[in-house]
Amino acid sequence: MPEEFKAGCARPTGGPVGEPEAKVKAKPDETVEKEVKSMVMIGRKAPDFVAPAYLEGKFVNVKLSEYLGKWVLLCFYPGDFTFV
Amino acid sequence: MSIDSVFVHKMWNDNELSKMVKGGVPFPMLSDAGGKVGSIFGVYDDQAGVETRGRFIIDPDGVIQGYEILTPPVGRNIAESLRQLQAFQLVRKSQGAEATPSGWRPGKMTLKPGPDLVGKVWEVWKTEMAFD
Repeated sequence: MPEEFKAGCARPTGGPVGEPEAKVKAKPDETVEKEVKSMVMIGRKAPDFVAPAYLEGKFVNVKLSEYLGKWVLLCFYPGDFTFV
Repeated sequence: MSIDSVFVHKMWNDNELSKMVKGGVPFPMLSDAGGKVGSIFGVYDDQAGVETRGRFIIDPDGVIQGYEILTPPVGRNIAESLRQLQAFQLVRKSQGAEATPSGWRPGKMTLKPGPDLVGKVWEVWKTEMAFD
């Protein structure tokens, strides 16, 4: 499923799939604010994303929606080498 | 998933994690530079510039069934995550006919919510069962 990619000098990045919801204020004298809203709620669909990953010796691109049909545990953590 | 690059993930896996788990991490170690994905999942701390310990259970339809978010110094309980996963799998298999009461583990009794069970849970489920 995840596709391998060649690592170059640029740090590979990913991000949400689809446009983030932009909040635009109507009044002309106010600054236009763009805000990425958290779209997460239990019982609702998880927002889709693509992210580069390291998997068993390879660099691959992972898209969450490719895992439809399977159970997924998605874990975030503060950083590599952070002890616990 | 963390804000580290895939290069750092490789170093961590190859130099440390593979010494804890034979063969290293068997699932994708995702990189989220800038916390873009973490932001939409509500786990990115923009003041610290890192992601907190968030864990999401996503079912085969892509629906989030549960999550837990901890601050950095406290590690998670993987056994509890797996227990919840098994509970959600059981409920899904029963198409909602069964529910897992507090303290449920695989093999323990489930409840079948319905008119006959209203006010009768005390007869079939005891508080000790939350702790055994």
